[in-house]
Amino acid sequence: MLILFLKSAVIAGTPLLFAILGAMFNERVGNLNLGIEGMMLLGAVAGFQAAIYSNNPFIALLFAMIFGSLGALIYAFLTVTLRTNQVVTGLTLTIFGTGLARFHGQKLMGMVLPEDFSRHFKPLSIPFLHEIPVLGPFLSIFLEQDLFVYLGFVSAILSGIYLFKTRPGLNLRAVGESTASADASGINVTLYKYIHILLGGALCGLGGAYLSLVYVPSWQENITSGRGWIAVALVIFTSWNPYKAIGGAILFGGLDILGFRIQSLNIPVNQYFLRMMPYLATIIVIIIGSIRKSSRHTPPKDLGNPYFREER
Amino acid sequence: MQIINRPGTSIKQVITIRVIAIMAAAVVSSFLITLLGYNPLVVFSNMIKGALGSNIRIKATLLEMIPLTIASLGIIIAFKMKLWNIGGEGQILMGAFDASFIALKVDWIPSFLVLPVMFIVGFLAGGLWAFIPAFFKARFGANETIMTLMLNYIAIQWITYLQYGPWRDPKNMGFPKIPNFPKEALLPQIFGIHAGLIISLVLVVVITWFMKKTKKGFEIAVVGESVATAKYAGMDVFSVIITAMLISGGLCGITGVIQTSGVNKTLTFNVSSGYGNTAIITAWLSGLSAPWALLVSFLFAILLQGGSYIQSALQIPSSAADVLQGMILFCILGSEFFVRYKVRFTAKKPVSNGGAKAC
Repeated sequence: MLILFLKSAVIAGTPLLFAILGAMFNERVGNLNLGIEGMMLLGAVAGFQAAIYSNNPFIALLFAMIFGSLGALIYAFLTVTLRTNQVVTGLTLTIFGTGLARFHGQKLMGMVLPEDFSRHFKPLSIPFLHEIPVLGPFLSIFLEQDLFVYLGFVSAILSGIYLFKTRPGLNLRAVGESTASADASGINVTLYKYIHILLGGALCGLGGAYLSLVYVPSWQENITSGRGWIAVALVIFTSWNPYKAIGGAILFGGLDILGFRIQSLNIPVNQYFLRMMPYLATIIVIIIGSIRKSSRHTPPKDLGNPYFREER
Repeated sequence: MQIINRPGTSIKQVITIRVIAIMAAAVVSSFLITLLGYNPLVVFSNMIKGALGSNIRIKATLLEMIPLTIASLGIIIAFKMKLWNIGGEGQILMGAFDASFIALKVDWIPSFLVLPVMFIVGFLAGGLWAFIPAFFKARFGANETIMTLMLNYIAIQWITYLQYGPWRDPKNMGFPKIPNFPKEALLPQIFGIHAGLIISLVLVVVITWFMKKTKKGFEIAVVGESVATAKYAGMDVFSVIITAMLISGGLCGITGVIQTSGVNKTLTFNVSSGYGNTAIITAWLSGLSAPWALLVSFLFAILLQGGSYIQSALQIPSSAADVLQGMILFCILGSEFFVRYKVRFTAKKPVSNGGAKAC
C-alpha cells in the first residue's frame, strides 16, 4: 500500500521536477521567471498536438521543448535585451501561454492519444526486482516507472553535475551571484542568460508534456492547475539545488495525490479541503523558508536585478 | 550599436513609441491569428462591433470595465510599493463570499443597511486575504508573489465547497447553485447600469487623491522606490506595507461585492472570472496611475467583450482575447526600453578603442 502510494507520488512529482529544474536554471542566472506556468502549458499543448500528428514520442517531446523554449525566448529577449521588469514580464508570459494553450487546446478537447503512442510510456517492469529482500520494493518505487519519469531523474542528476562540476556550470552560477563580476571576468553574460533561460523553458515544456501525454493523458483546459507556481515556490524550498529538487518534487507529488488516495479508502474527508493541501503546504514552505534564513539557503545574490553594463 | 540613456523623453516621443508598440502588437497578433487559421481583419472588426456596436453591447462593455477598474486600483497600490500582489482573484472571491454571507445568512440587519454592511465586510475580507501574505512579507521577507497566488487556489476551493456543499440551494434540484440574493442585497440600477459604475468612478478619484495628496500615499511610493530611503526618513515600513496591502486587497474585495450583488445576483466560484489577473496587466499598462487605469480598463473591456462576442458570433474561442492581451503587454513592455534608451547604430570602432570604453 505504502509502496503503491510512493510510486504514484513519484509520478505526480515528475511534472513538478521538470518545472523546478526549469525555474532553477532561470534563477541561477539571476532571472526570476514567473512564466513557468505559461511555458508548461505551451509545452503541454504542443507536445499533445505533436503526438496526435506524428504518433512519435521523440517528436512529441521535441515539440514540447521547442514551444517551452519559444515562450522562454520571448521572456529572455524582453528581460535580458530590452531590460524589462522581470516580474511583470513573467506574469505576462503566463497569461500569454495560458491563453495560447487554451485557444489551441479547444480543438484538442476529447481527442485520445493513439494506443501505440501510449505504449512507449507504460511503466517498466523489472524481473526479479521484487525478490530482493527489503531493498527490492523500495527500489521498485523509482525503477518500475515509465521512461519519462526516468528522463526526469536523469535531467536532475545531469543538471547537478553540470551546475557543480563543470566550468560552464561555475560560470553560470557566477552570473547569478554577481553579474558584474562575471562580466568583468570575461563571461558572456547575455549569452549565458539566454542559453539557460531557454534551457529552463525546454524543461518546463517537458513538465507540461508529461501531464498531457502520460499523467492525464488527454487535453484539459488548465491542465497544469498551478503546478508551475508551486514549482516557483519549490525552487526556494529545495535551495536552488537539482538533487534536492527530486525530493521536493516527490514530497509535493505525494501531497497532490493524497486527497485522491484517502477518498479511495472510503475515509470521509472533505475533498475540497484536501485539494487545498498542496497550495497550503506551499504557503507554509515559503513562510518557513523565509523565517529560517541560513547561509546555505539564500537565493543567488543577483536574482531579479536587471544588469546593464553601461549603468554601473 | 550603442545604447545610450535618454534623459528627458518628451510626452510626444513617449506617445509615439507607445502607438508604435500597440501597432506592433496588432501586427504580431494578426500574424498569430492567421497562423491559427482565422482572418485577423474579421476578428478585429467583429471584436469592435461586438463591444461598441449597439447600446446593449456598450452596456456590456461597461459592465466589464467596472470590475477591471476597481481591481486595477487595488493592484496599483500594491505594485507602487513593488509588492507583487497577484492574488486579486482570491481577494475578489473572499470579498464576494463575505458579502454573500451578509446577504444570505444574516437576517437581522435593517434592509437599508444591508448593502453598506456588505461593502464594508467585503472590503475587510479582501483586505484580510491580502493581509496574510503582507504580514509575512513585512516581518520575514517571505515571497508575496507566490503566497498571494496560492491563496487564490484556496479561495476557489472554498467557494466551490460552499456551492456544492452547505450553501447549495435545495430548491434547485440538478444544478449546484447558491440561492439568489434577496432584493435588499442587490445593487440599484442607475441609467440602466448598476451603481457599480458610479462607485468605480468615485474610487478612481479617491485613489488618485490618496496616492497624490496624502502622507500614506507618499510613503507607499517611497517604500516602492527604496526601503532603505524610507527607513532613513523614519518611516514605519512595516505598517506602510500592511496598510497598502489591506487597501489593495480591500479594493479587490469590493470588486467581488459588486460582481455578486450587481451582476451575478448570487455567489459562484467563478465570480472573479479572471478580472484579478487581467487587472495586473491593466495596472501595469496604466503606468500605475489611477486615472489612466480607467482608460486602460475601458480599452481592455472592449477586448473582453469583443472576445466573448466573437466566440458566439464566429465560434472563435474567447481565449483569443487572452493571447491578444499578452501580445499587447509584451509589446508595450518592450517599448519601455525605447522610452528609456536611445539606440544608435554606429560604424564599428577599432577593437582597442572599443575595448577600453567598455570597462
